[in-house]
Amino acid sequence: MGLEDLNHNFLTGALEDVVKWARYRSIWPATFGLACCAIEMMGTGAANFDLARFGMEVWRASPRQADLMIVAGRVSQKMAPVLRQVYDQMMEPKWVISMGVCASTGGMFNNYAIVQGVDQIVPVDVYAPGCPPGPETLINAILTLHNKIRTGEITRRREATGAGAGVQLDAEPFVPAGAPTQAQR
Amino acid sequence: MTDAPGGAAPNDAAGAGAAEVGAAEAAGAAEAAGAAEAAGAAESPERRAGALLTRSRGQEVLHPARDAYHATVEELHADGFVMCTDVTAVDYLLRPARDLPEGIAPERFEVVVNLLSLDPPRRVRLRVQVPEADPRLPTIWDVYAGADFYEREVYDLMGIVFDGHPDMTRIMMPEDWEGHPLRKDYPVGQVPVRFKAAPPTR
Amino acid sequence: MSYTSRVDAADTSRVAAAETSEGGQELQPRSRTGDALLGVERGAVLRLPEGAALDTGDVSVEDLDNETMIINLGPQHPSTHGVLRVMLELKGETVLRTKPVIGYLHTGMEKTAEDLMYAQGSTNVTRMDYLAPFFNECAYSMAVEKLLGIEVPDRAQWIRMLMMELNRMSSHVLFLATNGLDMGATSMMIYGWRERELLLAFFERVTGLRMNHNYIRPGGVAADLPDGWRDDVTDILEVLPGRLDEYDDLFTNQTVWRQRSEGVGVITPEQAISLSLTGPNLRSTGVAYDLRADFPYLKYDEVEFDVITGTVGDVFDRYAIRISEIRESMKIVEQILEKMPKGDYRVQDSKITPPPRARIDESMEALIHHFKLFTEGFAVPPGEVYVSVESPRGETGCYLVSDGTARPYRMHWRGPSFANLQALPVMMRGGFVADGIAVISSLDPVLGDVDR
Repeated sequence: MGLEDLNHNFLTGALEDVVKWARYRSIWPATFGLACCAIEMMGTGAANFDLARFGMEVWRASPRQADLMIVAGRVSQKMAPVLRQVYDQMMEPKWVISMGVCASTGGMFNNYAIVQGVDQIVPVDVYAPGCPPGPETLINAILTLHNKIRTGEITRRREATGAGAGVQLDAEPFVPAGAPTQAQR
Repeated sequence: MTDAPGGAAPNDAAGAGAAEVGAAEAAGAAEAAGAAEAAGAAESPERRAGALLTRSRGQEVLHPARDAYHATVEELHADGFVMCTDVTAVDYLLRPARDLPEGIAPERFEVVVNLLSLDPPRRVRLRVQVPEADPRLPTIWDVYAGADFYEREVYDLMGIVFDGHPDMTRIMMPEDWEGHPLRKDYPVGQVPVRFKAAPPTR
Repeated sequence: MSYTSRVDAADTSRVAAAETSEGGQELQPRSRTGDALLGVERGAVLRLPEGAALDTGDVSVEDLDNETMIINLGPQHPSTHGVLRVMLELKGETVLRTKPVIGYLHTGMEKTAEDLMYAQGSTNVTRMDYLAPFFNECAYSMAVEKLLGIEVPDRAQWIRMLMMELNRMSSHVLFLATNGLDMGATSMMIYGWRERELLLAFFERVTGLRMNHNYIRPGGVAADLPDGWRDDVTDILEVLPGRLDEYDDLFTNQTVWRQRSEGVGVITPEQAISLSLTGPNLRSTGVAYDLRADFPYLKYDEVEFDVITGTVGDVFDRYAIRISEIRESMKIVEQILEKMPKGDYRVQDSKITPPPRARIDESMEALIHHFKLFTEGFAVPPGEVYVSVESPRGETGCYLVSDGTARPYRMHWRGPSFANLQALPVMMRGGFVADGIAVISSLDPVLGDVDR
């Protein structure tokens, strides 16, 4: 049971708008700075460009508490499973911004060591080009994401990529043998 | 820009080197002193610390043999080269003929060690030939603790094993990686660029 | 209401752990670690003979595997300056053994360099130590110029020095910011970026980019300084001293900061030299080794500056040296402002440096040279050379082997942070985990330099 079960009418429409507004006005990024782009990301969070005015002042080190993973920098082959592990630990709803050309496509490093685009590992919502993208570009990417959240579907299930946190959704709820059902209690 | 980073003209360095090494190795000193007097170059090549000495763009380079390598390093350490700033390797698979002094047989791999002396400030570089059939070299970690990570990197990326190293494991690549990426017969790993539509996320 | 989880937790965590495990590169339990490696991890740099006590005045208890705990710090962690993974063996909160695991940012830059022309090499190396890009570019360009056997004009050398010293200032300011953040002074992060933005704005005026500039190229620099650069630099030099005094109030004169940093992460000069430490980390132990003074390059023998050394070799000394080096760099920049000569900003050799774009419309030769340089590149005579400069982290060096073609045969980079990280076991031994964070931060590693 979820929001998609409800009939869509103007009341639920307004409710959806409120939920989406709350979501995109307070996205908390996870600290996932890898290389040079991380420095520009820190600069965007600092006083001159200030991400706090977009509700993003709190950078959560724990992925469990974060909504947005900004992959800032080149992802090496050794780092790829770590990236996926951190992404899996994030709770839905979660978004990914691929910051910089190295995260988007492998950038200038088309070689054995760099994953050619982080979208090979995690689903990406917004790509921000640049080497490194300046703070204005990153803010543009974040505002694009805000727009996407505001105008997009409120619920989604990513069956193909495992729907986050390694949770496997079955067709029917799993009831272990011998557990008391509601009727019996 | 001045040539020799040590700030000394080549002849002076050779003379000074000969004077210092002379305390440890009399025969070598006599040879080096004789070579230093000779104008231009020599039938008897310059040596220091048991290895042939050449100059590359004004920088001093020693060419120890593989079995004399550790002894040369120890002697240089005693001579005042207190820091090992770099250990790396070059794969000369595509360029077997290169500029080496007589008496040094070129091999596929060359391990290059940079040593630094603080007082007086001077540098020296060692180039050791390592054959492809037996890519091993004694470690210099027992002389310079800082060679630890450098030798692991050479092992990881070139495949040269350092005997006596405390932790001969990969350092840059994942543990289950196969191959040694910086070798010349290892491909760059370029992915052909093609434009693909990103799958929709929602 | 069923509270049973639908996840078979064992399977997913085992798979995830298996994928991210690095086997032999990690810190193993004592029973599976050889004696030599055990010594390294415990910080026994100068290996003492058998009879001497290894743990003099240090943690005295060496317990069995089941009394200590091996924990993992990183590679994703807000306090590790990039993707550095450090594995610690703790007894309670005291660190006994340390092993840094690196390679999470390995980019294959040395392999990439073999495919790029010499003029393109700056774009590659500038991304290694991304906080001090001018130094990387300068070491690379100086190596190429040494192989080519050319002299760079005076004005180009002074411009290089100017940009590098300003870069040293911006890198040390970032050190102050991240060091403060790691030790709990979160407002320092915002203050530090305030100064850094002034410098980045100047870099953007001169080079076109805020970071990773590709400005210092073989032959000189890419473009001359823009009009009004003297005013910009003077403005920066007027603002900074007052701000640095504020940071002195915030840190140097504050007991909490001093208690957290004095006596923490101590390393002796012999240990530091043996571990190949360079830069402020080595100078904090009292060894006055600075390439600008000992192996002068560019025009550093024509400017006056002091080499600042510490006494104890602790976190406080490293912080104090860096904040003092910002002031020294300001002194050097003032001297450069006076001494900047007129002249060419790059070698006027059409076989090496491209002609100005406007000339291409007028001269056929210029067009041909431009075409050749950007499609084939210039060839460098065979040889091998090692050139190094003093970057904010230490000795940054480029070992370049050329084979007579337009691309390097082998480029190896001596990154200072790679060697500096070897000091972690020594510095962290016997301290707490929080001190360990302070130590990592005081070493100021940049993982791009470490992993390349």
